[in-house]
Amino acid sequence: MESVLLPTLEPAADHGRIARTTVEPPAAAAIAAGADPIIQVRSVVRDFGAVRAVDGVDLTVHSGELFGLIGHNGAGKSTLFRMMLGLLAPSSGEIEIDGCRSSARNFRNVRRRIGFLPENVVLYDNLSALETLQFFARLKGVPANACAPLLERVGLEGCGRRRVREFSKGMRQRLGFAQAMLGDPRLLFLDEPTSGLDPEAIRHFYATLRELRADGVTVVLSSHILAEIQERVDRLAVIARGRVQAVGSVSELRDRADLPIRFEVRVATQHFAAIRDALGHLPVLSIEARGRHVAVQCRKDAKLAVIAALARLGDHIEDISVREPSLEDVFFGISE
Amino acid sequence: MMLEPGQITAIAGKEFRDRIRNRWVLAVALVFTAFALVIAYFGAAQQGTVGFASIEVTIASLVSLVIYLIPLIALILGFDAIVGERERGSLDLLLSMPITRLELLLGKYLGLAAALALSTVAGFGLVGMVLLTGFDFNALFHYAGFVLSSVLLGMSFLSMAVAVSVFAVDRTRASGLAIALWFFFVLVFDLLLLGALVATGGHAGGEIFPWLMLANPADVFRVLNVFSLDEVRSLYGLSTVFPDGLAAPWKLALVMVLWIAVPLGIAARRFGR
Repeated sequence: MESVLLPTLEPAADHGRIARTTVEPPAAAAIAAGADPIIQVRSVVRDFGAVRAVDGVDLTVHSGELFGLIGHNGAGKSTLFRMMLGLLAPSSGEIEIDGCRSSARNFRNVRRRIGFLPENVVLYDNLSALETLQFFARLKGVPANACAPLLERVGLEGCGRRRVREFSKGMRQRLGFAQAMLGDPRLLFLDEPTSGLDPEAIRHFYATLRELRADGVTVVLSSHILAEIQERVDRLAVIARGRVQAVGSVSELRDRADLPIRFEVRVATQHFAAIRDALGHLPVLSIEARGRHVAVQCRKDAKLAVIAALARLGDHIEDISVREPSLEDVFFGISE
Repeated sequence: MMLEPGQITAIAGKEFRDRIRNRWVLAVALVFTAFALVIAYFGAAQQGTVGFASIEVTIASLVSLVIYLIPLIALILGFDAIVGERERGSLDLLLSMPITRLELLLGKYLGLAAALALSTVAGFGLVGMVLLTGFDFNALFHYAGFVLSSVLLGMSFLSMAVAVSVFAVDRTRASGLAIALWFFFVLVFDLLLLGALVATGGHAGGEIFPWLMLANPADVFRVLNVFSLDEVRSLYGLSTVFPDGLAAPWKLALVMVLWIAVPLGIAARRFGR
């Protein structure tokens, strides 16, 4: 399973790219060219009693990057966030944020430039939205008049005087995001930032992220929904069982995972044998027949050959549909 | 480590305002007022009279009230200071701010202490105004001493409560631990002391007896208030066990301050890890 991820894997042959529509974010190239690292995680391990929550993570996030951490609940993402914020000390290894060790005494100065939105953010029910921001603004040394514009930015204008108690999950999440943006941080840690948001709010959230990124803010966000962040992050790391299983841009991950392509063929009559004969000499992975439906799986580099062979069967075939591995497949292929 | 006073007051301010806004301060002040008035009026009932007695007897009665009530209120006020934030899930966000753990702990303590001090001073101050209309300066001095020592008593138990809130793994256990502390210091401690004294026929431990009393802030509070009142000292039989030298108010006050600083220091050490 992990062997498919070995870096020695060569890039897929060109014909494998035909169906690809993924657009590589423009900044990725610049980052790969060697922008300065703002986060460096080196061989970090964290144990909770007998449980190893984070198991030897190495990670580098570059300045200005929009970086995603993808993984199931309990994969170790939140523990990693807590360690990067210096809330939790690694059992071994070290983390450097903006050139400062997270265990250093002066790390509080780094925190002034960090915004954090915890998973399932809990705020104070008895405070109003504005009071909540003002409380955190004071702790961050941000003037109180910076609070009202932030409420507007997350779409909570007009709710400033309402108590957080009355807020829906989505509104709390937005208020938490406003809190994270207090003081124009250079670095944002967002743990499952879109949980509880409706689709419109999610779009609004990512629009704000794009603005922040344009301003040069580095953003690390986590999610367990790959489909949501796939087109929005520059790079991502797949985390499972406390380890980084793969890291790279979405298209790099897809190439590296090299998952099979699946053909669903509907045949005119019971011509299963003809199909098997036609594909027999090709490197297909499996052929399964179920009534008039035949499923064929092959590696990406055999894709065109399979299509050509099927096309030669002409009238025997009513329809062909091609199913590219989805990013969820890639994700599950990597993380399981 | 450098402490930033601004961060401490930001936390303390929030804790204090929270207790004002949810009327905690008002409620506790009223409880103190009501109880104190009743006790001041009926305090001498055991002697067969009712009505407002001399300030010394009144203070002695109030001391018995305060010794039960203030530790309980302080423990309830502070037992979830840290563990409550942790359990609700808001501790990580707080600690992600440019604040140190020590500043957070001190801010929490000072904010809660201010709320408790305000309700103590307001509650007993109100009673004082009723009681002291006809009394002299000496009475005022004693009463002020009583109120001040009540504040100190509250702060020492609040300090223990905050320590509990750091050590306990969840709120339920923290509340259990807080109640256990109250039982131990308010109900059990004196009984053990007295039991030990009686069991040994008063021979053993006579000299360390007063020192042992210093190991309980409730007892320190009692000695602090009762020892200076000639009228009631004999009533408590304190003069027989407690040496004059140790009973100097400033020494006892110092012990109270230690009872504030030590639990808080232990809590800070643990919380700071």
